Amino acid sequence: MSATKPRTLFDKIWDAHVVEALPDGTAVLYIDKHLTHEVTSPQAFEGLRLAGRKVRRPDATIAVVDHNIATDASRYGTIEDPESRTQVETLEANVKAFGIPYIPLTDKRQGIVHVIGPELGLSLPGMTIVCGDSHTSTHGAMGALAFGIGTSEVEHVLATQTLLQKPAKNMRVRVDGKLPAGCTAKDIVLAIIGKIGTAGGTGHVIEFAGEAIRALDMAGRMTVCNMSIEAGARAGMVAPDQTTFDYVKGRPFAPKGEAYDRAVAWWKTLPSDEGAVFDKEVTLDAATIVPQMTWGTSPEDVLPVTGSVPNPADIADEARRAQVQRMVDYMGLTPGQKLTDLKVDVVFVGSCTNSRIEDIRAAAAIAKGRKVASHVRALVVPGSGLVKEAAEAEGLDKILLEAGFEWREAGCSMCLGMNPDKLKPGQRSASTSNRNFEGRQGMGGRTHLVSPAMAAAAAIAGHFVDVRDYQPKEGV
Amino acid sequence: MRAFTTLTGIAAPMPLANVDTDKIIPGRFLKTIQRTGLGKHLFANMRYEDDGSEKPDFVLNQEPYRQAEILVAYENFGCGSSREHAPWALLDFGIRCVIAPDFADIFHNNSFKNGVLPVKLPREICEQLMEDARLGANSRITIDLERQVVVRPNGEEIPFTIDPFRRHLLLNGLDDIGQTMQHAPAIDGFEAKQRAAQPWLYDAKV
Ligand code: SF4
Repeated sequence: MSATKPRTLFDKIWDAHVVEALPDGTAVLYIDKHLTHEVTSPQAFEGLRLAGRKVRRPDATIAVVDHNIATDASRYGTIEDPESRTQVETLEANVKAFGIPYIPLTDKRQGIVHVIGPELGLSLPGMTIVCGDSHTSTHGAMGALAFGIGTSEVEHVLATQTLLQKPAKNMRVRVDGKLPAGCTAKDIVLAIIGKIGTAGGTGHVIEFAGEAIRALDMAGRMTVCNMSIEAGARAGMVAPDQTTFDYVKGRPFAPKGEAYDRAVAWWKTLPSDEGAVFDKEVTLDAATIVPQMTWGTSPEDVLPVTGSVPNPADIADEARRAQVQRMVDYMGLTPGQKLTDLKVDVVFVGSCTNSRIEDIRAAAAIAKGRKVASHVRALVVPGSGLVKEAAEAEGLDKILLEAGFEWREAGCSMCLGMNPDKLKPGQRSASTSNRNFEGRQGMGGRTHLVSPAMAAAAAIAGHFVDVRDYQPKEGV
Repeated sequence: MRAFTTLTGIAAPMPLANVDTDKIIPGRFLKTIQRTGLGKHLFANMRYEDDGSEKPDFVLNQEPYRQAEILVAYENFGCGSSREHAPWALLDFGIRCVIAPDFADIFHNNSFKNGVLPVKLPREICEQLMEDARLGANSRITIDLERQVVVRPNGEEIPFTIDPFRRHLLLNGLDDIGQTMQHAPAIDGFEAKQRAAQPWLYDAKV
């Protein structure tokens, strides 16, 4: 590639990390930061051991437990579930054996891997970041190239600090204009997925741009990038700007002093050049976005909260009709039913999509002075111990507890149905997580994805509501 | 990794789009620390009743599909999480090839690393193969990776494309870590340069 050709943000980070370009177009790509957790790493360490290999750069690697741990006080005792316990113990033995820095459960910095990376300054602009978890795309909000990998690739990175990769195609999603009141980053990304579909970004890296994206704080950008994978893209990114640099400044592992200034000078060169070519471009007008909620079992099956359950009989395409019928049945819906008439059993505010302090504030603002409906179980699960601490310092825990929410310890919790926090068969949830697949939150569970404010409002009302009719109470 | 050259076997029809990794292997089965043994949990929520008994109408609970080595499905197969448990579960069940119009990126990568071959063919052809698969035991499909063709039971050959490097690794059962290790001097050189330019990437202490 010639130096004068305008390049995208992705191109620039990619080019800066190519160790060697192989004749067939594959690159040996250097990885700056490797985050690991208990679920997708044991077989990788086992592979290293069997081959007699070492970890090339323990200092560029970090391990944390998040997926299968309980989020109540019981986690500080012995983990009850023997398999979960084995996974956590295996990780602890592996980090010791291979000399990898580890944040244990008892450390207040512990949390969901995609929350703690940016929070601790481990994830920085311009980096290549990987983790054995598809929502690694979250870190792209920093202006980094961050993507999820499988366990074999985890082993590959541990051993070589590189990956064999072919460059992705460039896609830009521009969200112009201003986001209306009551709408959030979650509504933006759900609207994008509704528009382009869950395979819309396959083979691409999405750069999110435009006025509405620029206006988002870092938490909002993380929410958007987090769900790139639900749009089919392995990575999503936002060009670093002053918002990014201010966020990074002073974080524990971020560069300090003169190194920070040098870093910022480099980061400022990263945004896509004028005239850079994207293989695919999509635009969206933020002003037209309405609070979103999914109704089906794929994130693309999303509607404005003002909408109604689709009727399979109205769909001409046979395959799609069958698919919609299957989703309507699984979700226990009636065609034509208004979405706001759906009762909820469980409300979950948490996950790497929406468990940062900003998300908890949004939920608390709706909860303040109100009560959770008597038939609803509502959980708020902060993304990290530090988020929890910050929320408690602001008194958000009290507001939430008073309203009848549970206030939990940090972890993935009810996002994925592999720890004690699960839906029971047939239960309907309003969830701020990222996947509404069949059984994702527990076997037979019915998940509707929404923003934290929408989730909190549903908890209060006992059914889905348009959060725009449910604004914070003044003066309580 | 076991090499993949040719495979002739029973193909199970799964006429669904967006078969996500939570369907392939639900989250509650990710607690293993091994690569093997997941075959019994493959498609668990679709395959078993709550009491653990088999759902008779699920394809892999029927003869001859219990012996299926090939799976035919529709768009966006393997979407969702990065769990390599998905190809591990397929492989442990005995499925070594999935044919679909397209695949989610991470699943696609993960499959190759485990000797499960994802074959991309247009929707119309997948529909024909779906019909072939429905005919059961006498309707075996062949995947010839050497010649890059799928052979239908009627003898018709359908060419498919595949990344040459991945094909090479699969045909020879090669581990790509070993391949990359041959580039160690280049990696050393890269690190030295990067360290000088961006020292903060090297001195963070946890
Ligand atoms: S919160 Fe959910 S999506 Fe995020 S890392 Fe945990 S399990 Fe994965």
